[in-house]
Amino acid sequence: MELLVASAIGILTAGGIYLMLRLRTFPVILGISLLTYAVNVFLFASGRLSIGGPPILRDGVDFYADPLPQALVLTAIVISFGMTAVVVMIALGAYLGADDDRVDDPVDASAGDAT
Amino acid sequence: MTHWIVAPIILPALLAPFIVLAARYHIGIQRVFSVAGVVALIAIAAGLMWQASDGTITLYQLGDWAAPFGIVIVADRLSTMMVMLTAVLALFVLLYAIGSEWDTRGRHFHALFQFQLMGIMGAFLTGDLFNLFVFFEVLLIASYGLMIHAGGNARLRAGVQYVLFNLLGSTLFLFALGAIYAETGTLNMADLARRVTLIDAGETVGIRLAAVLLLLVFAIKAAVLPLHFWLPSSYAEAPAPVAALFAIMTKVGAYAIIRVYTMVFTPDLEVTSGLHTTWLLPAALASLAIGMIGILAARHFDRLVAFAVIGSMGMVMVAISLFTPTSITAALYYTVHSTLAAAALFLIVDLVRSGRSDLRLIAQPVVPGAVLTSALFFAAAIAMAGLPPLSGFLGKLLVLDAAFDTASAAWIWAIVLISSLIAVVGFSRAGSILFWKAKTVTVSEEEPNETASPPATLSYVAVGGLLTLLVAHTVFAGPATSYMTAVSDQLFNPEPYISTVLDTPGKLSTPKEGY
Repeated sequence: MELLVASAIGILTAGGIYLMLRLRTFPVILGISLLTYAVNVFLFASGRLSIGGPPILRDGVDFYADPLPQALVLTAIVISFGMTAVVVMIALGAYLGADDDRVDDPVDASAGDAT
Repeated sequence: MTHWIVAPIILPALLAPFIVLAARYHIGIQRVFSVAGVVALIAIAAGLMWQASDGTITLYQLGDWAAPFGIVIVADRLSTMMVMLTAVLALFVLLYAIGSEWDTRGRHFHALFQFQLMGIMGAFLTGDLFNLFVFFEVLLIASYGLMIHAGGNARLRAGVQYVLFNLLGSTLFLFALGAIYAETGTLNMADLARRVTLIDAGETVGIRLAAVLLLLVFAIKAAVLPLHFWLPSSYAEAPAPVAALFAIMTKVGAYAIIRVYTMVFTPDLEVTSGLHTTWLLPAALASLAIGMIGILAARHFDRLVAFAVIGSMGMVMVAISLFTPTSITAALYYTVHSTLAAAALFLIVDLVRSGRSDLRLIAQPVVPGAVLTSALFFAAAIAMAGLPPLSGFLGKLLVLDAAFDTASAAWIWAIVLISSLIAVVGFSRAGSILFWKAKTVTVSEEEPNETASPPATLSYVAVGGLLTLLVAHTVFAGPATSYMTAVSDQLFNPEPYISTVLDTPGKLSTPKEGY
């Protein structure tokens, strides 16, 4: 199971980073989403992998799953969901305004850049 | 238990929805409530700062849950100082936004502004790393809205870059938090400080990785080279008052580095030994150099100021990366200075813009109000470049003095002094093109220039207020540095902080097992 989860996180991260380095907003946003999936699974796994353990600590229960990463991952999911919605809206606005969905600086404006 | 500590977070959090829901169509009421809220924040911050000034560390347990399990808010000298700085900066930025009517060029400026304040205040006050992440997200999501306030293609496009870069930063932050939790089983900073020291020397791979990832995240926020790429175009394209408020956002990154790396991953810890001198210091020196070279090379006035921000952040990070009490004192002094100077410069950019067609550094005809603007620019540029008599000079002197005995003193002295010279040349070039060469340009007949009216008095009051604060920061440098020495003493003696957080009783505080 460790191998499965670890390789899933690795593949999601690799795919996310590859997509994020693309030029257009759509693949970049997809890449960010993949990365957030990867990080969610990673957070979930940070409380150790176990099967069938109750996430509640009680007297007489020795085998339990750590409940804290589950709370963390819920927060992370909500936040990343909201952020993805925001970035989709802003990217859509930029695309409709400029008729172009590249994420780099436009050439004419960046001609004066110092970098 | 006093509830005042949580007030800097609660007050904007309540005010923002009120402004959205009740005062949606009444810009006047929005302004009154927004300004009143910020003034109240200053009063609260002053109270908290006074309370913390004798070294008291005040703890607030949310929901009365004890520390490692519940989220805590901690007010010590450093937190309250940063809260105060934010509140004061926010007041002048808000006055400028009202004076220049930036707040009427789009909707919900004041609500987003309050949410942004809530996030910044929370980030400064929290004692929990995951909570720090949440407050980062709060301030970021408000900043996305503010960044694209008033719209426009260039601004939206810069906004996309800004959002994407910060989303990546947030993802990295989560990876770091997950790694820290997997290694130590806690995310409370005080608890973490105790547990990190207990990790065996042979099993530090995970925590080492987490420490580096965390430093990377904070370096993104602080725009340290080579993670600074998001800053120039987003700060240049953001509305002026927003860019001025963003001057504190880079400082949130610097604050987080100071907080986490003085308490949890201390330089003398074996886990993170060499991290600061090997990685942070060269990066800081490089961003100082690039920032100052950028000032000289920029062809647009707004980009020039954005590079000045990178340079001054580099300066702050140089001081931080030395990690001695004197260098942290210098870093704090320079942080206050750099926040105020950068905010003033961004507002001056807007004053210049109001009379011109664009911000390219070429001579254009004289506009009404240019004399006063140029005087303000002169003062702010002196401060930012670090010339006497303003506080930039004292700040650099403090940093150089702190670096005097270290191994890398030669590098630091050389780069700081040479880059200051470059900045002086860059600012003089910009100022003479913008204000002096304007006299040589004759107004052509067919180009009507009468539409440009001088900026409102309130705008000048706001910029003047920021510069007055800089002067005060210089005049009262003695008391300021002695206060900051007290701050860094408290930072380098974290045991009271840790025991206050962990030993204050609350729900669930019965110790289940020892460490």
